[in-house]
Amino acid sequence: MNAPAYNFAYLNEQTKRMIRRAILKAIAVPGYQVPFASREMPMPYGWGTGGVQVTAAVLTPEDTLKVIDQGADDTTNAVSIRKFFVKTAGVATTERTEEASVIQTRHRIPEAPLTEEQILVFQVPIPEPLRFLEPRETETRTMHALEEYGVMHVKLYEDIAQYGEIATTYAYPAKVADRYVFDPSPIPKFDNPKLDNCPALQLFGAGREKRIYAVPPYTKVKSLDFEDHPFEVQSWSEPCALCGSCHSFLDEIVMDDKGTRMFVCSDSDFCARQRGER
Amino acid sequence: MYVAVKGGEQAIDAAHRLLDEERRGDRSLPQVTLDQIAEQLTLAVDRVMNEGSLYDRELASLAIKQARGDMIEAIFLIRATRTTLARFGYAEPLDTQSMRVKRRISAAFKDIPGGQILGPTFDYTHRLLDFSLAADAEPAEAARAPSELRSDMPRVLELLGSEGLMEQPSAEAGEPEDLTQDPLNFPAGRDLRLQNLARGDEGFLLALAYSTQRGYGRTHPFAGEIRLGTVEVSFTPEELGFPIVIGEITITECEMINQFKGSTTVKPQFTRGYGLGFGQCERKVMSMALVDRSLRAGELGEERVAPAQDEEFVLSHSDNVQATGFVEHLKLPHYVDFQSELVLLRRMRAEIDIAKDRLEAAE
Repeated sequence: MNAPAYNFAYLNEQTKRMIRRAILKAIAVPGYQVPFASREMPMPYGWGTGGVQVTAAVLTPEDTLKVIDQGADDTTNAVSIRKFFVKTAGVATTERTEEASVIQTRHRIPEAPLTEEQILVFQVPIPEPLRFLEPRETETRTMHALEEYGVMHVKLYEDIAQYGEIATTYAYPAKVADRYVFDPSPIPKFDNPKLDNCPALQLFGAGREKRIYAVPPYTKVKSLDFEDHPFEVQSWSEPCALCGSCHSFLDEIVMDDKGTRMFVCSDSDFCARQRGER
Repeated sequence: MYVAVKGGEQAIDAAHRLLDEERRGDRSLPQVTLDQIAEQLTLAVDRVMNEGSLYDRELASLAIKQARGDMIEAIFLIRATRTTLARFGYAEPLDTQSMRVKRRISAAFKDIPGGQILGPTFDYTHRLLDFSLAADAEPAEAARAPSELRSDMPRVLELLGSEGLMEQPSAEAGEPEDLTQDPLNFPAGRDLRLQNLARGDEGFLLALAYSTQRGYGRTHPFAGEIRLGTVEVSFTPEELGFPIVIGEITITECEMINQFKGSTTVKPQFTRGYGLGFGQCERKVMSMALVDRSLRAGELGEERVAPAQDEEFVLSHSDNVQATGFVEHLKLPHYVDFQSELVLLRRMRAEIDIAKDRLEAAE
């Protein structure tokens, strides 16, 4: 028995066409969750099967791919997915944000500004922003159709009443093109402003939940808030310990069991560049 | 034939012989040995030990062979064997902090004191069939850490705890109760709940845990720390009066960091969920930790709305030996009950006919 040869980027062409149709529909209706016939992939659900299928469908042999997880290229799952596409598509890969034409990401948007030449593919665990307020899909689809988002505002208000502030720190809901409330995937809310008016095409793939949605280039994305409690992003009291950046998202590294902490950029490419290594 | 219920003894014996033969399979092939099962189907053995509630690789391997690979049947065999074993008493609590770690990861921090240690995991493999295994290829030797890993890796949740960010484990005073010695009563304490989950069906717990991630009782989980390794088991014999080490077992432990609790006046803290199992069983202990946290809904003042938060629902249906027994018992004869139903149904139908005839006659 010899190992079979795989089609370019693993998926067969029919599947890719099906996914591309879903992507086109998603771009035509920004923020709307398009159902698609998600396939079993050779990595587990939850590892980014939605993102991998979207990437496989948009990838061409000329593309240069960057894969990040938690902002970094060297995290285990990013390495695994990058290797998968090297093996099955033979595309060039890079760790430099500006060199990439397709960037697959889990939980971050790169710090460096994106361009019109780029596609950012998000891995999405739960595409439905209303899911934790209403578990039933039949209900939430109706709520979207009727633009019935009152429960979400009530939830945010209850946070303020209980904690004095909105207690959602990641997967922070936003409204796309003044119509659909959407889940930007579990990126920190720090990254939400980057979604707005972004020159790059942003695609979101949820494999297990079988949904694809999109934010087309230069589309308005407004994070939900209240006039007297405007949307705010996280900030840190100290700069990155490696590059000194004061305006990037920082990961906390536990140095010992005596409470010593170090804060470093989660975006490893951005940090290396700041340090002048690239 | 099944119909000949009385005098079916011969039929039963013959069925058992046929089962033995089917188990053996093609007699021209060598039999699979218990060593092979213990060494090469390790995770199956771990599951049988876990849900069978008995740490014995050899017996678990035998059970898997005897059960023809049916896991619940094998678990059943082990539970039945467990009944026959003498009990000497309770071991000292395991000290998982001093575990000799084989794998230890945290999804909450990029790096932690003692390091992220991947160990033997499927996690980042691509699920492509490896045809070299079909040809019995021997694997290359794996690189190992040059020296022993440190044996006092701090717990991630304790690192957070020292800053006050983590709730302290709710230590209930007194000896824990024992699910295997006393019947389960509701409401059950966390000690009994955890015992129940530890021997609960992996698939059932997995589905429940999954439901909490999809909105049916959300708990906002982070895998704070998962560790796999060996720990010493100590026991204090009455005649000695001090603990002695009686052996070493492999276990997997999961400490989940969950949804914080607090208010504008009470400083918010993360809450926790806990999972522990024999051998390497990450799926099981992660599911267990998620369900443990969900079952703490009452204690943490959360509204009980989802199945995973319903203690009676979860604890009464988690045991696959019980579940398979009752579901499969429907195969046993129910002639008498069914006959009673038949008589009733025929009479009801006949009465309608009689009533209709009377009505027609009256017209």
